[in-house]
Amino acid sequence: MDLFSQLFQLFVTGITIGSIYAMVAVGFNMIYNATDVVNFAQGEFVMIGGMVMVSLHSTFGISMPLAFLLTVGIVTGVGIAFERFTINPLKKPTLITLILITIAVSFLLRGIAMFIWGKDSLPLPAFSGEKPIVLWGAAVLPQTLWIIGMIIVLVGFLTYFFKFTLKGKALRATAINRDAASLMGIDVKKMIMFSFAMSAAIGAVAGMIITPITLIEYDRGPIFGIKGFCAAILGGIGNSGGAVVAGLIIGILESFGAGLLSSGYKDAIAFLIMLLILFLRPGGLLGKYEVE
Amino acid sequence: MKSDHKLLLLFAAGLVIFPWVITNPYYISVLVFVGIHSLLAMGLTLLLGFAGQISLCQAAFFGIGAYTSGILTTKFGVNPWFAIVIAIGFTGTISVILGIPALKLRGHYLAMATLGFGEIVNIILREWVNITGGPSGLTGIPRLNFAGITLDTEVKYYFFIWVIVLGVMVFLLNLVRSRVGRALQALNRTEQAAEVMGIPVSQYKIKTFALSSVLSSLAGSLYAHFITVISPESYSIVFSLVILAMVIVGGMTSLWGSILGAFVMTIVPEYLRVFEDWDVIIYGVILLSILMFIPKGLVYGLQRLFRGTLKLFQVN
Amino acid sequence: MSFFFQTNRLTKHFGGITAVSDLSFEAGIGEIKGIIGPNGAGKTTFFHLISGIYPPTRGKIFFAGKDITGLKPFKICSLGICRTFQNVQLFDNLTALENVMVGRHSRSWSGFLKCGLGVPNAQREEEKIREKALEQLTLVGLEMRCQELGVNLPFGEQRLLELARALASEPKLLLLDEPISGLNETESHRLASVIRKIQEKGITILLVEHHMDFVMNICDEIIVLNYGEKIAEGTPDMIQNDPRVVEAYLGKEIEESAHVGS
Repeated sequence: MDLFSQLFQLFVTGITIGSIYAMVAVGFNMIYNATDVVNFAQGEFVMIGGMVMVSLHSTFGISMPLAFLLTVGIVTGVGIAFERFTINPLKKPTLITLILITIAVSFLLRGIAMFIWGKDSLPLPAFSGEKPIVLWGAAVLPQTLWIIGMIIVLVGFLTYFFKFTLKGKALRATAINRDAASLMGIDVKKMIMFSFAMSAAIGAVAGMIITPITLIEYDRGPIFGIKGFCAAILGGIGNSGGAVVAGLIIGILESFGAGLLSSGYKDAIAFLIMLLILFLRPGGLLGKYEVE
Repeated sequence: MKSDHKLLLLFAAGLVIFPWVITNPYYISVLVFVGIHSLLAMGLTLLLGFAGQISLCQAAFFGIGAYTSGILTTKFGVNPWFAIVIAIGFTGTISVILGIPALKLRGHYLAMATLGFGEIVNIILREWVNITGGPSGLTGIPRLNFAGITLDTEVKYYFFIWVIVLGVMVFLLNLVRSRVGRALQALNRTEQAAEVMGIPVSQYKIKTFALSSVLSSLAGSLYAHFITVISPESYSIVFSLVILAMVIVGGMTSLWGSILGAFVMTIVPEYLRVFEDWDVIIYGVILLSILMFIPKGLVYGLQRLFRGTLKLFQVN
Repeated sequence: MSFFFQTNRLTKHFGGITAVSDLSFEAGIGEIKGIIGPNGAGKTTFFHLISGIYPPTRGKIFFAGKDITGLKPFKICSLGICRTFQNVQLFDNLTALENVMVGRHSRSWSGFLKCGLGVPNAQREEEKIREKALEQLTLVGLEMRCQELGVNLPFGEQRLLELARALASEPKLLLLDEPISGLNETESHRLASVIRKIQEKGITILLVEHHMDFVMNICDEIIVLNYGEKIAEGTPDMIQNDPRVVEAYLGKEIEESAHVGS
């Protein structure tokens, strides 16, 4: 493979995994914007999405499209249950209590996943075949195209949703000023539940589309979660457009780092980037310079 | 302070009696781990409960301590006690270097900075195979030898560890009752007013961070010399979160709470688990229950319960 | 001519906004100087600049012969300047006595090691801190509240507590930011008498307040700020009769005072 092909291959791998980080980051931002809470269980939504899809499709033989929709439904249900049972009942919780609850729930979900699915890595067949497409000398998996397609759809959908639908505008209002939104007649509690639901749905999609490439196991959650969070910080926390760009950047840098430098240390790249951003420009590349 | 002394004596008495009553070395070793975890939890309680700074990299400092001790003793033949001192110095220095930029951040941002750091340390421990032994870790870490006695049994290490824990406890109890402790609690609430009252806020945050990292490092070294085999998985974000859980479960603003939390989060999983990996779900259940029903932690829950008796001791 | 406390063309910009502009100001030992002006005139920013919370964009601050421009707040406190806050920033996790004991921080020295080891030196210092703090609490009349959480006190007593805390640092210059705002008549009188006691000790006081009676009564001299600039300076009589002030501000202020709850 000539140099260009090699680089292009790394680039493709980069945007593949970067899309997942981007989705996780978008999910984080959704909950953060509505509640100021950093959801440490975000990665678990991704993991469960992959696991449930595997069960529905490979174990129960449900067709892929149907299994896809059912999985989104189930994981959304998990997200709603999470919010209803642990976040909603609290009266005036402190921020740290809320963060800790998400941490506790992440432990719980991980433990339950291990209980249900065991510790093995589970595979999922690709959505439309395994035969790589050769593009500019690089082998591009069809699944990658699904992933890229999915992120474009997601960005499009979210843009439309937040700009043009009533619910979306209500959610944005809640994010900007919860009290004012409530005074305007917006049911803030419902908005919070909704943000968890959407966040879980996005996570589920991310999990389903990446599993054919990377497999999935019960403790994959933290890896996706933390890197997704790095992307959220890099893009400016709360900034969904920034999150997508940042996720892709991190994925690409990681991929190039693994390919050109060392694959063992590639994970450190995302974290180093995050530290640099936090120390130098905590508002993220696209955010404000100073942060409270 | 008097009440703390009473509690200390009572606790010490209990600790001394325990191995005569329960002689099974397995149970004694569990209490050794409780002791080690207590050191970790106490450091985090000081940092989080008193100074109000979130840190999710305690496991990383734990790991740096363990590996520094392990590497110096196995690969360079350094005297284990010297190695511990070197480890503490090394970890303390790293924590100051990290702390200077990181502690300018607040809340989530500080949490993520410490988390990022912790992950980087974990990766280094895993990948720098020549020095750290990679994923398989280090073996053959020598036992500690104190005044001619080799600390090679559970009981010996049990007494050794708990003497240290109680010593650290006395130090920290003194510290939080002093002008430094008050200053930390002040800057926890409003940094601006604290600084205007003469408290060097940045300096104190960094010192507290360093102190908690030093305690974690000490815990790591002591851990290494107990189990003699260490590997990188023990030093990850998950364990940092478990230590955080210990602090919260016990009661974030109470030093006694950190020991109680370490106790609960070490013993309950040991007792309840059927398979080795059920720990995670048990941690989650315990933490969630506490957060939802006794958010201030077990120490305060117990205080409410035994209001009368505890008035005698006035647990902080 | 050098004054005890002096600012020289002090200026603070925040992005596009000028909060304080070219402010030159002096105070002698033992004086009480009032700073008045409409909301947003830059009074609290001025205090933030003096106490080191913000570094000035331009200009200098001199205190007791030293250039204290740009020093950090804790250094400024140890040099002898302390303050209270407009919105009372007590430490809500500490008792009243402990709050005041924090005020002694700049007058004590035991560090982490000494305190942790509990050396006799540190213990003795702690005793002294407690003693002095109790003295200040007694001065403001709150000694029976010492074991209560500061934040549980009624608002009037919280203001007194904050004052006691500031006094515990043995300031030579005290900045009071709206000390009687939100207080009823009795509470205001109580605080006013404490302020007079402080003045008798020779402590210089800078006072930001909206209540005109109070300011005119207690201050030796007053400066008037508007949009960050000094528009007038003089004795209470002079200020009350200064047509610029009366026109631009006092008229507005009398209306506001009437509405502000008492």
